[in-house]
Amino acid sequence: MKNFTAKPITIAGAVLALLLIFPLVITQTFPIHVMILVFMFGMLGVAWNIMGGYAGMFSFGQAAFFGIGAYTSSYLLIAFQVNPWIGLILGGLVAALVAAAIGYPCSNLRGHYFAIASIAFSEIVRIHFNNWSLVNAAEGITIPMMPESLANFMFHSSKLPYYYIIMAFLLIAVIVCYIVATSKMGYYFRAIKESHDVAEVLGINVVKYRLIAIMVSAFLSAMAGTFYAQYILYIDPESVMLGAISIQIVLISMLGGAGSVLGPVLGAAILVPLSETTRVMLGHKGTGVDMLIYGFLITIISVYQPQGVWEWFTRIGKKIK
Amino acid sequence: MSENYCLEVKGLSKWFGGLAANLDIDFSVAEGEIVSVIGPNGAGKSTLFNCIMGFYKPNSGKVSFFGKDITRLRADKVCKLGIARTFQVVQIISDMTVLENVVTGALLRYTSVAHAREKAEEILAFTGLSGKKDFRGTELTIADKKRLEVSMALATQPKLLMLDEAMAGLTIVELRQIIDLIKKIRKQGMTLVVVEHVMEAVMEISDRVVVLNSGKKIMEGPPKEVVSCPEVIQAYLGDKYRAVCK
Repeated sequence: MKNFTAKPITIAGAVLALLLIFPLVITQTFPIHVMILVFMFGMLGVAWNIMGGYAGMFSFGQAAFFGIGAYTSSYLLIAFQVNPWIGLILGGLVAALVAAAIGYPCSNLRGHYFAIASIAFSEIVRIHFNNWSLVNAAEGITIPMMPESLANFMFHSSKLPYYYIIMAFLLIAVIVCYIVATSKMGYYFRAIKESHDVAEVLGINVVKYRLIAIMVSAFLSAMAGTFYAQYILYIDPESVMLGAISIQIVLISMLGGAGSVLGPVLGAAILVPLSETTRVMLGHKGTGVDMLIYGFLITIISVYQPQGVWEWFTRIGKKIK
Repeated sequence: MSENYCLEVKGLSKWFGGLAANLDIDFSVAEGEIVSVIGPNGAGKSTLFNCIMGFYKPNSGKVSFFGKDITRLRADKVCKLGIARTFQVVQIISDMTVLENVVTGALLRYTSVAHAREKAEEILAFTGLSGKKDFRGTELTIADKKRLEVSMALATQPKLLMLDEAMAGLTIVELRQIIDLIKKIRKQGMTLVVVEHVMEAVMEISDRVVVLNSGKKIMEGPPKEVVSCPEVIQAYLGDKYRAVCK
């Protein structure tokens, strides 16, 4: 961060401009859909990174927060006609509250034990929603059709608005993560990641800062959840709370580069198109070749670049200087 | 009366199952004093540190800091009140540079990272680590790691600094440097409690020495007096030391 010269800013600006123009140039549905997923998983990765990469709490249960966000806004919409934008904020708040309620008793869990607790938590949430008649249990919720408008968070004629909305969300998440990483909080998170003992003798209230990390992460993940609901217009526990989503999020963050602001975004930019294109090209054959290729590439990255692809980028950046 | 002491420990006991790691320990430290705690391995020195700092909850007894009862207070609150410590096994944040490590400590008293960085630079200059501020914690020698740990502790701006074997495993030259650093810290008005095995250092820096054995305090007094006490020689120093002293 110290050597933040003009160069990275120019690169960031260029990438941003390219992304803004992208859907105007390439107008087919599929690439735009893939990009939307890249942004969404990038956002989920950034959210995971705040608690996993910085504060060292390896959550394998982010899908619970994603799902809680999707369900809160969708339920409020069908039951009380609450505007999805308000649902977005409320969903974030509910997810953050749930995160605090589960995070507090888990305050002393570290490393693998925290990971195990997070899996248990998200499975409990998923199974509960699968049987909860208030939110239509396993049938899921279909978002009712409304006139197309930004205020309604609904668009029928084009994916373009969704593209820009989720891009803005991702930008918000990146900015939040950057602020966290470079402020007092970021230093404290990293100390807690190293060891609770060293954090405590430096006067850090470990429980408080761990809760902050979990709650921020849950809020951002829930935002992505509401977006997903408004984009796909149908949610059920199997599509928004599945353990596979949690694992995908961890994978994206770790392979991209945990503990760096943009690492997870890069991870999403590599893994999501990979999984989508292999699935579209080879998935219909029913042979599982797509998963084989996807898994092979993940193995390659884990073996040759275990600190994540982002680290590789920064190394090249240093060489150029 | 008790307000005159920086640290006061009264009747402190800590049990681990049937084993008394600390049994009815009394001692006090006046402001500006250096008190060494010595004793054989397993005497309860580190347990005592952990009880004072709030890592362990003592079974009975009382710990006061400038007259304020801090028994059973959580470690981060104790730190906020003004006690800092180092660990027997060096604890630094390996993922950070030397400067970032010290900044993390300094942030206890500042909200802004920029201010904390100023303070951290100042402390690194004081402890002689300025030249290595951009090194990763993992790239340092053991002596520099210990020096860094002391810097991190100082960055929290304590009134009392507790060092747990800051000199173990150092060469003669490094030992000299850390002794000089401790003296320099003291000159700034700091109170220190030091757990140490290196007797040359204990003799040189301590105003008073507390000797523990099997969890009990067996002796307390000025260094010269302590090393000539037969009980201390028998429990810890050994007969050879008696010969050297004579």
